Amino acid sequence: MESKRASFEGALEALGVTVSTTTKSELEAAVTEAVTEPAVGIALDETVGDEAVSLTETPVTVDPTPVALREAATGVTGAELGVGDYGSLVLSMTETASELVSLFVERHVAILHEDDIKPDMDAAVAELDERFTETNGSAIIATGPSATADMGALVKGAHGAKEVHVIIVEEGA
Amino acid sequence: MATADELRELMRTEGAAIAENTQGFNAGRYDSVGDLEDYEALKQAARSIKEDAIAELPDLLDQLTETIEANGGTVYIADDAADANEYIRNVVDDRAADRVVKSKSMTSEEIEVNDALEADGVDVVETDLGEWVLQVADEAPSHIVAPAIHKSRESIAELFNERFDPDEPLETAEELTHFAREKLGEQIINAEVGLTGANFIAADTGTMALVTSEGNARKTVAATDTHVAVAGVEKVIPTVADLHPFIELIGRSGTGQDITSYVSLLTPPVDTPVVDFTDDETPLSEFDSDRDFHLVLIDNGRLDMRDDEHLRETLYCIRCSACSNSCANFQSVGGHAFGGETYSGGIATGWEAGIEGLDVAEEFNDLCTGCTRCVNACPVGIDIPWINTVVRDRINRGKDTPGDWLVDGLTPDEEDDGAPLQKRFFGNFETVAKLGSATAPVSNWLADTGVSRQVMERVLGIDPRRDLPAFERETLVDWAAARDSQVDDPERRAVLYPDLYTNHVQVERGKAAVKVLESLGVDVVVPPAPSSGRAPLSQGMVATATDHAERVTEALEPYTADGRDVVVIEPSDHAMFTREYERLLDESAFTDIAENSYEVFEYVFGLLDNGASIEALSTVAGAEIAYHSHCQQRTLGLEAHTVAVLEECGYDVVTSDVECCGMAGSFGYKSDYYELSMDVGDRLRTQLRDDGVQNRPVVASGTSCLEQIDALLERQPRHPIELLAT
Repeated sequence: MESKRASFEGALEALGVTVSTTTKSELEAAVTEAVTEPAVGIALDETVGDEAVSLTETPVTVDPTPVALREAATGVTGAELGVGDYGSLVLSMTETASELVSLFVERHVAILHEDDIKPDMDAAVAELDERFTETNGSAIIATGPSATADMGALVKGAHGAKEVHVIIVEEGA
Repeated sequence: MATADELRELMRTEGAAIAENTQGFNAGRYDSVGDLEDYEALKQAARSIKEDAIAELPDLLDQLTETIEANGGTVYIADDAADANEYIRNVVDDRAADRVVKSKSMTSEEIEVNDALEADGVDVVETDLGEWVLQVADEAPSHIVAPAIHKSRESIAELFNERFDPDEPLETAEELTHFAREKLGEQIINAEVGLTGANFIAADTGTMALVTSEGNARKTVAATDTHVAVAGVEKVIPTVADLHPFIELIGRSGTGQDITSYVSLLTPPVDTPVVDFTDDETPLSEFDSDRDFHLVLIDNGRLDMRDDEHLRETLYCIRCSACSNSCANFQSVGGHAFGGETYSGGIATGWEAGIEGLDVAEEFNDLCTGCTRCVNACPVGIDIPWINTVVRDRINRGKDTPGDWLVDGLTPDEEDDGAPLQKRFFGNFETVAKLGSATAPVSNWLADTGVSRQVMERVLGIDPRRDLPAFERETLVDWAAARDSQVDDPERRAVLYPDLYTNHVQVERGKAAVKVLESLGVDVVVPPAPSSGRAPLSQGMVATATDHAERVTEALEPYTADGRDVVVIEPSDHAMFTREYERLLDESAFTDIAENSYEVFEYVFGLLDNGASIEALSTVAGAEIAYHSHCQQRTLGLEAHTVAVLEECGYDVVTSDVECCGMAGSFGYKSDYYELSMDVGDRLRTQLRDDGVQNRPVVASGTSCLEQIDALLERQPRHPIELLAT
């Protein structure tokens, strides 16, 4: 358990992705600290475990309008899985537009339950294979910020997020 | 075919950017795959998934069609480009779309869908930044993954400043990227149709994988209400789980990234709501996700390729660009010379021959020298040099026989219809060498006269700036026949294969090899034997090469049957015996020669490892040396043996790490390619002139490499075996 978590965090650091750790009860404070305003987000209850977690006590506008999304600096969404050896996040595509909220912003804050860290890509793809077969689902395996080298040097922040921050929600505590 | 002038111009204008980028990707690949514990197993898995998928393709296409239709999408299998374009135009027309935004897709370039849509008055916008640069500049891609690789930051800045006249002139890569993001961002949210490619499509769920780094493919799908995906029929794989090895390999193999920023796994139509980006009142979740999805699968020659035993492997290609980046010639000229209508790099010969035809493949096929550096780089193990050889053979056979006077004497070959004269000359170099030795030194004097060189240039296209090999009057075989074995009670018995160059030109290295082997207790014989067929094979003369292969195995069989090992000095011939002959001979003949053949240092290494004493060889105390291995030798994993033996003999060894010296057999002699060959060689020269290397004597394993290094440096290089002889 510790080792896949450690390898995940090590991989995130190498990607330039910042990480903070919290518990369910402290999540709102962690989100508040992680966002740059204006911030938008999606309701989290369907992505973080079974307990409903709200963003009420944060500066995040949940379920924003398209214009508010375009004006936002930060988008807050859940992540379905983490991939230990790559530092990847598996982002879902929901009817609540998590795809838009994680994509049309400069800073993406992803909330990931510690239990959802898979040791490696093989395990993550096997899990997705199972889910997709059941649900016809879709997902993005997102690794670090968006990037391009097309303009003569590596630049972070091409069409997608320039910065990514992961909040790991620990079990119990 | 690009002329010497065209190649020179490309190297001048695009060469620096191409070289920097491709070499960066290539170095990144080595680093990145080096971190993978199970790299070879992943490659095997990827290969096997592709092999099976292409074998089962018709069934998989049926299954995929059923799945996508059950999901609510439409599948259209297009026979060719026109068929595909007509379908896509109808989709765009039905949607009454003014704008189509595209993420990068080579298949869409192949069918030239942009032109078709623009003719209907549709605004087509490339959203991949590299593709957009080319769209603005009206240029063609020079690389299958990084299409604008030939453009420097400065030239992009100049282009944007001129075209868009921004308030502040753009300069840095960051400014250029930000500008493009803003500009394209506005266009994406105002588009109706999103056009993407697909790297892989799983037949079981209809899930497609899109491998990108910028996020433009995600936006292209998320911001539009009509998604059209265009892909070749070969992109279908059975299941989502099968994606695993490809996800781990594709970025590493191409640009050297462990993984690209985004791997989108989409099972269209996706749930993301279709929003009006100007709406300031409705929450995102209240928009519905009505989205049309059309998968357009393109045949365009692929199903015929599937039935073609030599081109079929091309369909395993995942378009990662490893074969481009690891190719020494590509590193110098890029895809504008080393490419056809759409595809570039080593594998492009297969694609262009299958999709466009031999005439397009012919335009660049000769730029593959058969060095094999792409073979281990390819994540699905495609024998790319073989595809290039087969296509070259087919191109040759499409030519008229050159009924020239020179051909009759010099080309006693098996080509029933005409390879061009230059190819037949180099392909039959054995005949030249035999004549050369028989009449040396007169032949050497004659060959060196101005008149001869003019004729050679005019008739054969041999560049006058190259020194010609000087033939020895006494061949190695003659020398060996005239002496007795020096070993009374041999540990092992071997037949030293008298390759063409060792026998006629580099006779000294042959003598050194015999002496070294004898010092280590090996009984050595050097019988006459035909040349390996490497020369005709590299000219695409497969029938002649096969004839050589059969005669070589016939000549060596009595010796192997008698328990002798086959020791080979020339790495390109050793590679024939252990690799290429598999294509030319029946299985038992191939196994017999392949299993009994050893590169000379591999053999010496084995002898030392099995108890032979290093004291029997000439040793030194820490003498410095620089070693350049041979491209095919490195592909076979045999560079390390030479280095290990030299180190055991006391040498301090520095090795080069360029992919190829640029000479590549006859390639560097050809007038059209001389300057390219020297440009490639320049990278080796730079390494051999580095601090700490510049004063070291140079040794190299290959004949061509020795000739090239001789031309590049003042230091006269030798084969390393010559250092070991007492």
